[in-house]
Amino acid sequence: MRKQLVLQPRIKETGLQLIKGYNFAYLDEGTKRMIRRAILKAVAVPGHQVPFGSREMPLPLGWGTGGIQITASLIGPDDILKVIDQGSDDTTNAVSIRRFFTQTTGVRSTEKTWMATLIQTRHRIPETPLRAGQIIIFQVPIPEPLRFLEPRETETRKMHGLSEYGVMYIKLYEDISIHGHIATAYMYPVMVHNRYVASPSPIPRFDNTKMNRMPALQLFGAGREKRIYAIPPYTTVKSLDFEDHPFEIEKWDHCCALCGSGESYLDEIVTDDQGGRLFVCSDTDYCQERRAVGHKGSLPDAVKMAITRVKRGD
Amino acid sequence: MYVAVKGGEKAILNAHELLAEKRRGDLSVPELTVEQIENQLPLAVNRVMTEGSLYDPELAALAIKQASGDLIEAIFLLRAFRTTLTRLGVSLPIDTSQMTLWRRISATFKDLPGGQILGPTYDYTHRLLDFSLISDSGDRENDRVREITSTPLKEAVPRVLDLLNREGLIETAASEDKRNVGDLTLHPLQIPTNRDLRLQNLARGDEGFLLGLAYSTQRGFGYNHPFVGEIRFGEVAVEINPEELGFLIEIGEITVTECQMINQFKGSATQPPCFTRGYGLTFGHCERKAMAMALLDRSLRCHELGETVDSPAQDEEFVLMHNDNVQASGFVEHLKLPHYVDFQAELTLVRNLRSGVQQEKAEEEGK
Repeated sequence: MRKQLVLQPRIKETGLQLIKGYNFAYLDEGTKRMIRRAILKAVAVPGHQVPFGSREMPLPLGWGTGGIQITASLIGPDDILKVIDQGSDDTTNAVSIRRFFTQTTGVRSTEKTWMATLIQTRHRIPETPLRAGQIIIFQVPIPEPLRFLEPRETETRKMHGLSEYGVMYIKLYEDISIHGHIATAYMYPVMVHNRYVASPSPIPRFDNTKMNRMPALQLFGAGREKRIYAIPPYTTVKSLDFEDHPFEIEKWDHCCALCGSGESYLDEIVTDDQGGRLFVCSDTDYCQERRAVGHKGSLPDAVKMAITRVKRGD
Repeated sequence: MYVAVKGGEKAILNAHELLAEKRRGDLSVPELTVEQIENQLPLAVNRVMTEGSLYDPELAALAIKQASGDLIEAIFLLRAFRTTLTRLGVSLPIDTSQMTLWRRISATFKDLPGGQILGPTYDYTHRLLDFSLISDSGDRENDRVREITSTPLKEAVPRVLDLLNREGLIETAASEDKRNVGDLTLHPLQIPTNRDLRLQNLARGDEGFLLGLAYSTQRGFGYNHPFVGEIRFGEVAVEINPEELGFLIEIGEITVTECQMINQFKGSATQPPCFTRGYGLTFGHCERKAMAMALLDRSLRCHELGETVDSPAQDEEFVLMHNDNVQASGFVEHLKLPHYVDFQAELTLVRNLRSGVQQEKAEEEGK
């Protein structure tokens, strides 16, 4: 109760109200403790999927409940939360999850990557490098990297136990023999700490390199599948590949039309039905920060304003 | 020029308002009360309580109202509320042989102690639309019916399978371990699992999914020779035994439907031929669900009974991992969320693959 009173001034700024009748961050303290125990185990065994007693949340399973439960078990009154989906703070599900935490905790939220203590994400890792002390929480639909090669949990558990990852390498090899290169675009499997093959969640393989020796703690929550796994700070994370076919990331022939960045992951925007295309940063915060310090893309300013307005939902 | 899912906060709020308006419908029609739903749509309420795993007819009715009659949405609402509840204690197993019966039928014996009681059932109704129900005049008719049978059978009626049991013709249902029953709602389901957790899982499972799988066993995909030993529906007492008191307290009554299937078992090297059981139990009156559950309980016991395993309904991982409609609808419907980052990755990949193929073709033609 005391916590809530202290926090009310912050929630006022957002125009939202604390939801009454529920504990801080919705989950009861016993459940939070259970989740934190699973997280500790996951951190101790990097890349290993730890089963946990996932609860039904007021948001649908498959819509980020694993990440939400991790965030709920970790968040404290002094945290600053950032929630993104597809790299953007303003996509509907990111808005919905942020509202949920604002209304159940009253904690501050931000769009700025550097300012956040907790970052819950779906499908992206921010372009701005994360620093020590931050925690990035991934929403994971299918935690098992071997699932589409072997649908049975009873089998995949054994395969992980024995480090039996031959099928995965065969799949990658078959890609190379058919296409000349590995044909996995997102959810590209990684080897964590030289022991467990893990799913990076459906991030584009562009983001895989950011996972290696990241100073921030990476936590992965799969609510529907009831699994948590983790990559502790500065852990070696290697995307699976072959010596003669090294791992490669996506490249574009374009730069961001808004900020001119040639190093960010780009969203493709269809501008008309005549094949018109535009490429802009998927990470909206990164793009804005760059423009704020004077970087410019190829688009005329008037068009830029219009796109920014639509992207921000004004 | 650019319409994206990036609509944000305002769009969500507007959607919620529009939803509330749609739910209420035409304002000239009186608003539906939760009490009306609880009383006049009891079978919907029962399904929501069963699959929502919470016995509370009023809240189930509220959920149905809030969900505009979408029962899976209502089940989700009830589940999300249920997880926030504190567990005050664990009741003793309910004793369905002491049930106050509304209905009790057996398909295996013509007559038996306690008799056959049809009770409130749609079984022998002719499915003709009753146009008199369009107007309110149906009420008078119902008053007359209510006078005929409005009291359940008070005295205890023995269960059919207990009668068979005396002859040793059917396996005993007693579990070796009555204290350490797992709890699916607190711990993740680990496959392979045991019958206690399997039954819990089936009890929460989607009626339609279980029905279809149960049907598949009847059509030869894991056939197990079923007979309805007994279906009973009525009220049972819920008792707790608080440690600090040391005696039983009845905390209330709940309505349940129980189905016991009798299935043939040809015997094995260690066991003589006998009948085996499949068990189904639901809150309220959910007979179809209880029967489907009993058929699947039996088909999933294939390993224990040394039967050949070759059908979906015998595959524990397949049945248990996919029957929960809250999980299934969540994941199927999450495809509505934006996926343009992964789609962009796929686009880039497919373009690369295609340009590779086109290049090869061009080179070949050039030769």
